[in-house]
Amino acid sequence: MSQTAVLSHPVTEADEQAAPALKVRGYWASVGYRLRYDPVTMFFGLVVLLIILAAIFAPLLAPFDPYKESVIGRLKPFGWKNHLLGTDELGRDLLSRLLYGGRVSLLMGVVPVCVATVVGGSLGIVGGFAGKRVNTAIMRTMDVFYAFPSVLLAVAISGAMGGGIGNGMIALSMVFTPAMCRVAETATAQVKNLDFVEAARATGAGTLTILRYHVLGNVLGPVFIYASTLVSVGILLASGLSFLGLGVRPPTADWGLMLSTLRQSIYVNPLICALPGAAIFITSISFNLVSDGIRAAMDVRM
Amino acid sequence: MPEMDGGLQSTGSSATGSGLAAGSSNLVEVEDLSVRFVTREATVHAVNGVSFAVRPGEVLCILGESGSGKSVTLRALMQLLPPRRTRITGRIRVDGQDVLSLDRAGLRRLRGGLVSMIFQEPMTALDPVYTIGKQITETIVRHRGGSQASARARALDLLELVKIPSAAQRLDNYPHELSGGLRQRAMIAMALSCGPRLLLADEPTTALDATVQIQVLILLRKLQKELGMGTIFVTHDLGVASEIADRIAVMYAGRIVEEGPVADVLANPLHPYTQGLLASTVHGQPRDQDINAIPGSPPDLRRLPTGCAFAPRCVQVMAECRAGVPEERRPLAGRMARCIRVPAGAVLADAVADRV
Amino acid sequence: MNMISSAAPPLDDPRDRGGPAQPLLIARELRKHFKVKSDSGTAFVRAVDGVSFTLFKGETLGIVGESGCGKSTLARLLLHLVRPDSGELVFDGETVAEMRGITVNALRRQVQMVFQDSYSSLNPRMPVQDTVAFGPFVHGKSKAESKAVARSMLLQVGLNPDLFGSRYPHELSGGQKQRVNIARALAIEPRMVILDEAVSALDKSVEAQVLNLLRALKADFNLTYLFISHDLNVVQYISDRVLVMYLGAVVELGPVDEIFSHPLHPYTRALLGSRPSMNPKQRIEEPPITGDPPSPIDPPSGCRFRTRCPFAEPVCEARIPELGAWTDRESHVAACHMQVADSGHSRAVGNA
Ligand SMILES: Nc1ncnc2c1ncn2[C@@H]1O[C@H](COP(=O)(O)OP(=O)(O)OP(=O)(O)O)[C@@H](O)[C@H]1O
Ligand SMILES: Nc1ncnc2c1ncn2[C@@H]1O[C@H](COP(=O)(O)OP(=O)(O)OP(=O)(O)O)[C@@H](O)[C@H]1O
Ligand code: SF4
Ligand code: SF4
Ligand SMILES: [Mg+2]
Ligand SMILES: [Mg+2]
Repeated sequence: MSQTAVLSHPVTEADEQAAPALKVRGYWASVGYRLRYDPVTMFFGLVVLLIILAAIFAPLLAPFDPYKESVIGRLKPFGWKNHLLGTDELGRDLLSRLLYGGRVSLLMGVVPVCVATVVGGSLGIVGGFAGKRVNTAIMRTMDVFYAFPSVLLAVAISGAMGGGIGNGMIALSMVFTPAMCRVAETATAQVKNLDFVEAARATGAGTLTILRYHVLGNVLGPVFIYASTLVSVGILLASGLSFLGLGVRPPTADWGLMLSTLRQSIYVNPLICALPGAAIFITSISFNLVSDGIRAAMDVRM
Repeated sequence: MPEMDGGLQSTGSSATGSGLAAGSSNLVEVEDLSVRFVTREATVHAVNGVSFAVRPGEVLCILGESGSGKSVTLRALMQLLPPRRTRITGRIRVDGQDVLSLDRAGLRRLRGGLVSMIFQEPMTALDPVYTIGKQITETIVRHRGGSQASARARALDLLELVKIPSAAQRLDNYPHELSGGLRQRAMIAMALSCGPRLLLADEPTTALDATVQIQVLILLRKLQKELGMGTIFVTHDLGVASEIADRIAVMYAGRIVEEGPVADVLANPLHPYTQGLLASTVHGQPRDQDINAIPGSPPDLRRLPTGCAFAPRCVQVMAECRAGVPEERRPLAGRMARCIRVPAGAVLADAVADRV
Repeated sequence: MNMISSAAPPLDDPRDRGGPAQPLLIARELRKHFKVKSDSGTAFVRAVDGVSFTLFKGETLGIVGESGCGKSTLARLLLHLVRPDSGELVFDGETVAEMRGITVNALRRQVQMVFQDSYSSLNPRMPVQDTVAFGPFVHGKSKAESKAVARSMLLQVGLNPDLFGSRYPHELSGGQKQRVNIARALAIEPRMVILDEAVSALDKSVEAQVLNLLRALKADFNLTYLFISHDLNVVQYISDRVLVMYLGAVVELGPVDEIFSHPLHPYTRALLGSRPSMNPKQRIEEPPITGDPPSPIDPPSGCRFRTRCPFAEPVCEARIPELGAWTDRESHVAACHMQVADSGHSRAVGNA
């Protein structure tokens, strides 16, 4: 009868059982697996990790007080009197200032991105999933911000609000949110029209359940990748703000600010002046390469 | 319903059945093509030593089970496989050019003008966020140049050519606003937009209904005759194959297990897999009985069985089948099968076709 | 396998209300027009334009028709995945509506759908076992119960849950994906399943396996099928009755053997004539119908098929042919003036 029909075609079961099945990995596990064997990404991931650790443990690692000035010890070369990376134009230990500066720069790079991811991401998902009217309302508002070049917008906002770390972070968050919203909206709109969302509705699931179980997982990937590229943009923009005197105020240690103040001494000791720039460069390049690696690993069909 | 006894009487193969004329008259020549996908986890042996040739104006249909390497073969012809993990060996010549040694510029010329492809899953080839008009226009501008306006006019012509109703309005539709059949026709329009000499069609009519399918098949047949366009047509529908093919090649687990003129193969399949395929095709079977499906499923391409890959599912299997991969046997003019049950020598002595 | 018989609902399903004679589903004058942008302002695609039919308990109704004629939209209407502009749905004697009768959610508990595209109808980032478990979970089962249901469903469609349950869609073949889709639909024990091109994307030997499976499951679970397909051979094999659609409307309805042996409507004849010949020596040289399918935005007046019909006459333009009265499973009707004795068509029955 019909039951034998079911039994007589156990597709691939026989095959699968005959030979030991290959390990079946979940999606994220297989992404991790591929990442593990990507030497470039692994290397730069390590660099990122070291930079973060160095910033966190700056008080322990810094050999000198980053704010201690010295009139006689200005702009000294590498290794001068235990100052491993020399001193700056006020005689402060450069290594210590770089370590402390990393804290501010990373903070400025990471916090606004997190805020933008949560705010912009949610708005984007709502905008992408909701009907035309809500979508238009959200996306047109975002477009107003999006129309300005990000640097200009950041400068304008923090110029209006005044300097300081807090205001700088608010400015950067406002710069990143529309872009994040865009990415989330596009990803959601793509997923929304696929049949599996409709299939979930057909099983009787409500909108929130569908968003949570079916949409979020598919949107998070692109959003996360984009966020990781934004981190390096954030560091650069924050440095730029400080450089223009709109972000962090002296004497706080910050890479952008250090670059700005050391600029005048470029003819005295060019090597030392280049150090904060190098720190910014290495950090942002590392973040970029890591997010590229993650992007590649996440593309299952590659 | 074709005979399925696997007997070896010659069906009197006609002109279409004469083997391939050797030499440079071929538009496509593929020799001993193998494609492997190498990852750290496993190596997928997707195509394992495939050889065939297509002349201008000829239609070769590739039939076979899902996963048997049909799409990969087509993609290899266009070098559309992910370069980092794909290992291709063998020789592919299209219009005299060695595809495997082409540089980027050469490949772009190949893909743009000489060869174009209709993809199997329209949604993976059409971008959901652009209108189809925009996508076709972009393709035309990219490969042929010219203004947006003229490209758009041509896009409109093409949509009308593939019989999309109210084509002018459809240009502004997004892919998800089209029915499955319309989407597929939009894809066909996109493929024809650059006037290719070789058309690679990967199941182009699977999503179409019968009336449109037959129109598209007749249209493709006509275009292909008029333009002298060679066509490689992947399908798993025997009905479609019998409408359009000159010759068919049946693939199983990355090998061509049977090849020959379409009428002969359908009337008198030599390989047990082809026989099973014919038996499991729904075509007027009594409604109260199960269909004779081939039990089981194809082998895992990561671990091909030694010997005949069909052996685990074959009703005629013998111990020798598992000893080694059956070599090509040509018992009849223009016919080839890889099965040890098929007589090795030519049954009709004069009928051995010489082939590239 | 005794799993199946124990899991199957008893033949006298407690959810059954009207007894075997009462139709499971009645659609009356369903209508759905999609708004689209065009050069001259907005226009409406008349995707489904007044479709009525009856689905009897335990039967398989095949739906065929040109691509774009509204089959998928009709299927979506039946599940209220798109809201009908007008028309009425009666499920087992109860009107489907928010206020009275049976609610949409209750309907979706009893009617499920297998989607056309096995590739996009599975969430690429969800293990298939969770996909199947999602339905029972939404309907209030606990996580553990849903998982158990999912595993037994996977087993019944021939996929060992230990081997396949934790896989992702990209790790499955087309046939396996479609089996998962079927398992997903059956997991909440529906009484009716809409199969929208459920086997079209499969290759022939898997198609045969899945068709055999569908037949077996139908008997075991006492299901009613609405089987949408453009493969006429498959429809002929699996259906009890066939409904032919053209441009958003029903043009012919009748028992499968009647339709395939004596098609009444000229479109049905053309459709059947378009079947590939299966004989390379007798290829179809001329398409049985030519011309462009008319636009569903602005369908022809009178009979919708008249722009392509070889028998079109003035009366066809003037009046819309009615589908004719049908009474039971055996009646065979067609919406064509040639089928009505005094319609004014020169070839009308009785005139010849
Ligand atoms: N990029 C890839 N990486 C790894 N494996 C691949 C890749 N592309 C295809 N394959 C594998 O190669 C095999 C052949 O695939 P192919 O797409 O050619 O099948 P097919 O014959 O076209 O089947 P169908 O009828 O389902 O389209 C499959 O097992 C597939 O999983
Ligand atoms: N969301 C939508 N917006 C606008 N038009 C739509 C929408 N969905 C469907 N349509 C249109 O409605 C008509 C019917 O589409 P439907 O998908 O129901 O066709 P179908 O009969 O299933 O065709 P196929 O056999 O090709 O799948 C088509 O003209 C289609 O373009
Ligand atoms: S070689 Fe053997 S197993 Fe393979 S198809 Fe022929 S008889 Fe079957
Ligand atoms: S009503 Fe007229 S136009 Fe329509 S199908 Fe019948 S004969 Fe043809
Ligand atoms: Mg394929
Ligand atoms: Mg459809």
